[in-house]
Amino acid sequence: MFGKSLLFAMTVLLMAALVFTGCAAPVAAPSGGEAAAPAGGEAAAPAGGEKLEVFSWWTSGGEAAALQALFDAYAAQYPDVEIVNATVAGGGGSAARGVLQTRLAGGDVPDTWQVHPGFELIGQYVEPGFVAPVTDLYASEGWNEVVPQALRDMMTVDGEVYQVTVGVHRGNGFWYNKQLLADNGIEIGETLSVDEFIAIADQLQAAGVTPLCVGDSGIWATAQLFENTLLGTIGPEAYDGLWDGSTRFDDPGVKQAMETYGKMLEYQNEDHSALSWDQAVKKLMEGGCAFNSMGDWAYGEFVAAGLTDNEEFGWVSHPGTAGSFMIVADGFPIGNGSANPENAMNWLKVLGSKEAQEAFNPLKGSICARTDCDRAKFGVYHNWSMDSFANDALVPSVVHGSAAPADFQQGFNDAVTVFVVDKNVDAFANALVAAAQSSGFGQ
Amino acid sequence: MTVSTDSAALHARPRDRRRWHLSEQTQTVLLLLPSILALTVFIYVFISFTFWVSLSNWRTLKPDLTLREPLFATYVEMFNMVRWQADLRNTFVFTVFFIAFAVTLGLTLAILLDRHLAGHNVFRNVFLFPYALSFVVTGVVWRWIFNPETGINLLFEVLGINYLLAQAGMEPLKPGWITDPTVVAQVNGILATVLPGADAWQVKWGIPLAMIPVAIAATWQLSGFVMALYIGGMATISDEVREAARIDGASEFQVYRKVIIPMLRPVTISVVVILLHVSLKIFDLVYTMAGVGPGFATDVPAIFVFEQMFKATRYNLGSAAAIIMLVLVALVIVPYLASTLREDT
Repeated sequence: MFGKSLLFAMTVLLMAALVFTGCAAPVAAPSGGEAAAPAGGEAAAPAGGEKLEVFSWWTSGGEAAALQALFDAYAAQYPDVEIVNATVAGGGGSAARGVLQTRLAGGDVPDTWQVHPGFELIGQYVEPGFVAPVTDLYASEGWNEVVPQALRDMMTVDGEVYQVTVGVHRGNGFWYNKQLLADNGIEIGETLSVDEFIAIADQLQAAGVTPLCVGDSGIWATAQLFENTLLGTIGPEAYDGLWDGSTRFDDPGVKQAMETYGKMLEYQNEDHSALSWDQAVKKLMEGGCAFNSMGDWAYGEFVAAGLTDNEEFGWVSHPGTAGSFMIVADGFPIGNGSANPENAMNWLKVLGSKEAQEAFNPLKGSICARTDCDRAKFGVYHNWSMDSFANDALVPSVVHGSAAPADFQQGFNDAVTVFVVDKNVDAFANALVAAAQSSGFGQ
Repeated sequence: MTVSTDSAALHARPRDRRRWHLSEQTQTVLLLLPSILALTVFIYVFISFTFWVSLSNWRTLKPDLTLREPLFATYVEMFNMVRWQADLRNTFVFTVFFIAFAVTLGLTLAILLDRHLAGHNVFRNVFLFPYALSFVVTGVVWRWIFNPETGINLLFEVLGINYLLAQAGMEPLKPGWITDPTVVAQVNGILATVLPGADAWQVKWGIPLAMIPVAIAATWQLSGFVMALYIGGMATISDEVREAARIDGASEFQVYRKVIIPMLRPVTISVVVILLHVSLKIFDLVYTMAGVGPGFATDVPAIFVFEQMFKATRYNLGSAAAIIMLVLVALVIVPYLASTLREDT
């Protein structure tokens, strides 16, 4: 009798213990499994201690090598600090952002993480208070003189700067297969207008050549085609006005851009929705089509395939966008309440330096986020892009999270998804107006 | 004195022991209590929390649990979205095709194996094998098969089907499969006459063609599982029943048509319920195979939840969609569970 009761009581106790340790485990135990450093373990380390956790989604060949160049630059100055490389692979950061969001919501703030300037920085991280300002660093390092005003504005809230940008991609590139165009007797000048493109596209189509390659299996590539067309049609000032509500999405200029975009879609490859963006670039290289509208990460694909600038392939600004630079930039902020704020501050100091950016950007295929980098370290294309960066109007990209909040970005992609099939300009405009209103910046 | 207290204590013991002895019922309750607590917290509390979030203003990374005005505004917003309307349509179409295909194929395979044809043991394992694969693997493989440029369409070229069609003066056979945005058999007009307010729907109600390849891939994966359940069901039907039917003059076809299949009714119900909840919740297969598809031709509610939550940070909208998914699954599962419970007691 007694033995059975005791056994029973012990079972109950044991199960209760299991339940309660089960509840308590996530708090007490380190969040193992991830490459990420556990928050619990780090809290015990002294401030300004031995570690720096860098969270990013740079995992592919060139990206990982570029990130390593930054680590090397940091380690050269701060050899005692162990860098914890918390990368999460997959899909342009869509997987990583989920992990980051969960960690931020749970109070497990990384020391620093990869971020795009503009709304992604401001709306997602500055406003909820996840990051700390670095304005003093800009003053002490003299970055206010070398980082363009328009880029600094994208990282500034109420006079405080919150990010150090390490590299800049140009989003409004228009790449072409030079051989294929030459075979059809076409030569592209310094710039290309929308009308010129349409004339060329008609000529190519008549000759049986697909004029435009799009790889929109992940809808953003065609959304970017629209974004670039929009910029090319209404110009940088009206384009900037879209994000503060001074230009409406059903404005006649915007609708004209939608008509043009619809027209361009008639020139695209049939299998566009089966291809990813890089497969579309590959198709262009193989002569399957003549043009591709893509940011200059496409340049890396050409180089990786062993092609030479201005021989096998060429580029201009997306039709109508000469004089504008669509910024797709990467940078890092300082996590508010992270374990090693001092190390993170030193990390940003390294990132902003000329030396680190000159090491990082040739590997990443982007240009420096400052205008005084050594041009000899960059190739023909990037020198062209650096000229544009120094002289042109810098505008934020909605597709890459800088121009508008994440919920508008989703609404934008969804509206494009529908438009690609039904080509209904009025419905497209109305959907964007509604998305802007719902997101809180449109009128 | 001391002796007497000791003896009193000794006498008291059996009573204490009796107090420790709990009734069977109390023991049951105590033993189940931890799991009931865990279930309550980790399932029902979280469902309630999700429901609360779906009514809230939470639409950035920073949690905001204040209730939105008017209360169900997020649900109203969602049902007005073209995308969500397309998701409901797609789930419905996918479910119908998938269950029809999988049950038909699974039952056919089970009957063939039931005939003890040569090598049936080998084939049973071959047919069951796809079930062991991850949906992600299936999705990636079938994505290539249904790629209009590199997949099954090459077969039409190689086999000369397109050559024959060209000779006959017809268009070559080159379906767009998962890239085809066409919606056939549109019933918007009919729906509008039956349901008040249905004409406000922006989405085309019909059969999105791109959904059919996805249903085929899902069938490939799960028809072996359906087959296994049917084989199990057939094993419980004794040979005497078949013999009796044959003696009564039933042909082999009639034995199945009139005797075996009707006797498999409980298995069929289980199969349909299992497949229904798979199809209502499907995410990984569709996401890896076709994504949201052209014009949301292959988007499903689970992808909607994922994108609204983790891409758009619209936690309220994602939660609202999750709640509707739960309701849809509950509509299927609850009557089924209720009926099985009634059978058990």
